[in-house]
Amino acid sequence: MQAYLSIAPVIAICVSLIAAILIVMSRHYPRLCVGWTIGSAVIKFAVIASMLPSVLNGNYPAIKLFELSPGISLAFKVDSAGMIFGLSASLLWVITSVFNIEYTRIFSWLRDIRYFASFTVCLAATIGIAFAGNLFTLLIFYELLTIATYPLVVISGKPEAIFAGKKYLAYLLTAGALLIIATALTFRYAGTLDFIPGGFLDAGIGSDKLLVLAVLFIIGFGVKAALMPFHSWLPTAMVAPVPVSALLHAVAVVKAGAFGFVRVIGFVFGPTLFHDIGAGTILSIMAGITILISSLLAIGQDHLKRRLAYSTVGHLSYILLGLSLFSPIGWIGALLHIVNHAMMKITLFFCAGAIAAKTRMDRVSQLGGIGKQMPYTMAAFTLAALGLIGIPPISGFVSKLFLGQGALGADLWILLALLLLSGLLNAGYFLPIIRRAFFVPSDMFVKYDESPLLFVIPLALTALMALYFGLQPNGLFDFFKLATDAATSVFAGGIR
Amino acid sequence: MILNHIIVLIPISLLVFSFITFLLGTVRRSLAYPTALVGSAISVACSVVGLILVLQGGPIHYYLGGWPPPIGIEYVLDYLSAFMAVLTTFIGFISIVYSRKSFAQELPHKVVPLYTITLLLLSGLCGIIVTGDLFNLYVFLEIASLTAYALLAVGEKRAPVAAFRYVIMGTVGACFYLLGVGFIYFSTGTLNMADAAKLLPAIYDSRAIIAAAVFIVIGIGLKMALFPMHSWLPDAYTYAPSAVISLIAPLMTKVFAYVLIRMLISVFLPEYLSDVIPATLVIGWLAAAGIVIMSIMAIAQDDFRRMLAYSSLAQICYVALGIGLANPLGLIGGMLHILNHAFMKGCLFQVAGAIRYRTGLTSISKFNGLGKKMRWTMGSFGIAALSMIGIPPACGFFSKWYLMLGSIDAGNWVFVGVIALSSLLNAVYFFKIIEKVFFAQPDDDIVENAAEPPKEMLVPIVIMAVAIIALGLVNVYIVTNILEPVVNHVFN
Repeated sequence: MQAYLSIAPVIAICVSLIAAILIVMSRHYPRLCVGWTIGSAVIKFAVIASMLPSVLNGNYPAIKLFELSPGISLAFKVDSAGMIFGLSASLLWVITSVFNIEYTRIFSWLRDIRYFASFTVCLAATIGIAFAGNLFTLLIFYELLTIATYPLVVISGKPEAIFAGKKYLAYLLTAGALLIIATALTFRYAGTLDFIPGGFLDAGIGSDKLLVLAVLFIIGFGVKAALMPFHSWLPTAMVAPVPVSALLHAVAVVKAGAFGFVRVIGFVFGPTLFHDIGAGTILSIMAGITILISSLLAIGQDHLKRRLAYSTVGHLSYILLGLSLFSPIGWIGALLHIVNHAMMKITLFFCAGAIAAKTRMDRVSQLGGIGKQMPYTMAAFTLAALGLIGIPPISGFVSKLFLGQGALGADLWILLALLLLSGLLNAGYFLPIIRRAFFVPSDMFVKYDESPLLFVIPLALTALMALYFGLQPNGLFDFFKLATDAATSVFAGGIR
Repeated sequence: MILNHIIVLIPISLLVFSFITFLLGTVRRSLAYPTALVGSAISVACSVVGLILVLQGGPIHYYLGGWPPPIGIEYVLDYLSAFMAVLTTFIGFISIVYSRKSFAQELPHKVVPLYTITLLLLSGLCGIIVTGDLFNLYVFLEIASLTAYALLAVGEKRAPVAAFRYVIMGTVGACFYLLGVGFIYFSTGTLNMADAAKLLPAIYDSRAIIAAAVFIVIGIGLKMALFPMHSWLPDAYTYAPSAVISLIAPLMTKVFAYVLIRMLISVFLPEYLSDVIPATLVIGWLAAAGIVIMSIMAIAQDDFRRMLAYSSLAQICYVALGIGLANPLGLIGGMLHILNHAFMKGCLFQVAGAIRYRTGLTSISKFNGLGKKMRWTMGSFGIAALSMIGIPPACGFFSKWYLMLGSIDAGNWVFVGVIALSSLLNAVYFFKIIEKVFFAQPDDDIVENAAEPPKEMLVPIVIMAVAIIALGLVNVYIVTNILEPVVNHVFN
């Protein structure tokens, strides 16, 4: 595996930053703002996709810009793991910005430069996290993402939104502060922060110190990845507009936390060391508990978006569980779940948004009979929900299969049982929605018909992608190969 | 060659122009501003040339009147003083640009004395920075202090009382410093810093030197408003004229922090202040307590300027924390924070002045919706606030980063925790404002009618905001070329 000099990663990040500036400049022309958003999204995706072939060949685009602190550069390197996250986020960003067109037309108060500009900055930060070549660069974009998401949460200016914003900042800035400490410690221990597959920390530092460091990282990234007990900002943040919840609170922001774990476990500690000091066990227990409790809590939610939020909490911990499993197969499952969960969950949020935009209904109990009026929307919802439950051949099944195999390989039967149980619980909170939508007769929705085309196309597209990647995990973007490459490189030093 | 005299020109140009400003100002009031501007521009040019010379050829020594030390007065432009001189004169220049409209609105009849005294203040601060002589430093310290008392006293109704408190505390501080210098002079027979530094190690265990160190540290601590000797500052900062405070807040306490660093690295040397007597330990812990307590106090304020004053108190404790760590990275963090905080607090006080200029508002609870009306001003405020919180890549993050590395090197986990905690406390009081300014609806006619301040105020604000980001991105250059030589010289 080698690296070659390329400015493509920088372009991919700067495209959105430039778009943000253009948006601010054209604040009197909301249509133009929409245009800049879509344009930058497409260019960003194209730039990232153009790097895919060389990444698949094991030839990684990389660039070091300048030093930010003596010995630490602003550096980017697009490896397989980063590609998975960057590609899926930028692909779904294109689709979300299409969804945004109609959504901001219906909720016209969202035609606000703060909304569009913050959204694009968020994407720049997400791609920065994906392509960061060292921990310091990742940290910078991680903090930027925290700040750029804040306006999107409080955008409505309503008291509950302001409260959600406060809670959001309290959680995420605390996490950021812990991460800064962890990064500073790592730098003092190792003298470097450059990501290396298999890790760069040395066991000689002492397992106590390393365990403290690992715990700091677990909390720091765990908050964004909504690991219990640090999850409660996420359901509260559901007051944000639907595209924000869809892209940021199911794909970009929360996955940035999960991706932080990918980097820390695989590229800072190395799975072996992370496991040997006992941090793997801590993480897997926390993730296991999170999966169980969040699924139970999801069942109790009547507010559709909050139910989806708790489901997200659980599925993020699938990823963390896979990463803590200490087996390449588990890692493949975890990395695939980053993509697969993103496609399925964004579909569900789009559906929730389409329903809310049409009917202003946002509670599960209000949705009786909606399947008859909005068949395409609810069909997509059903497909994605079944995928999250883990029904083949939808992509959720594939990642769950690998996660389960990883659990078996690590001789952790209890985790396999947990995964199966969680599948049942997923069914427990998704199937009632579907049943109500299709089989509870109600004339409440007679006056409504199918969502506008600009809603149906994005949500159908993401649902079909979930199906496609279930049938062809290696199709189109070779996510499966990317995940395998990443897992192999991390475990190149062998297991133990 | 004029370049040989560049050191002395930095304070002298300001001193001379303060007289010219007064003379021309008495002829015609409108001449005061341009003259002051020219004077301060010349001082910026001198200090920039000085910095370039130092970067190229190392420290410059200048013997006043040709008398070599220890008999004569020596001026020294080393990495640290050249850096501080550029910072001081630049902030001075920006503040004078900013001040015109503000003075014209708040104190139209007093512009001539105001500009005269402002230049005198800058001259005093520059003198403190470049002098290599302990007593000469005291002289400049008094020039800077007296002029600052005068400037702070002309503000609102309550300003004279606040300034009077400052006079008393400041005079006590100056006296303590002078006493300390006296003890050093008894014991060593010299007033030259470099000479004293050579002579002191032989008599480290003398009581007189301990007394000197304690007097000097406490005296300077009072002047820099180090917690718990800060009580004069909040009132003085709150009631002062906007343009005055946007000059004094970024500079005054920082220059005294510089004096403390100077005492640490050029007079007593770290081995004395941290090993023989535990002065740095005390400074460090006081600073750590101050960071937390002052940040909490800032949260409780409703007056924007008062909040910023408490925030300044917390931030000066960062510098003190770096001094207290007395290790290379901690000291780098502290020195870098002098620079970063000067820009951040300068920007914030200028924003406060601009809001007051356009709306008369000082109370945070009435800032609802201001962001829509004053986009550039409040955008700059946002950048400065995020930098204060420590969001990268704004400069505030990096000083905290070095301080954190320094605390880790010192093995002091409490300091690490305090630095992290203070970011969060900063977030509490700044996001309280950000939330109102950008996301609340205007509920007030005053805000509805607000507009951007005039260009002369807006441009300095935006320049400061841009500088905050730029300083963050180029901090490595400053650290490796200017600050590392300083600490390497001390810690070898």
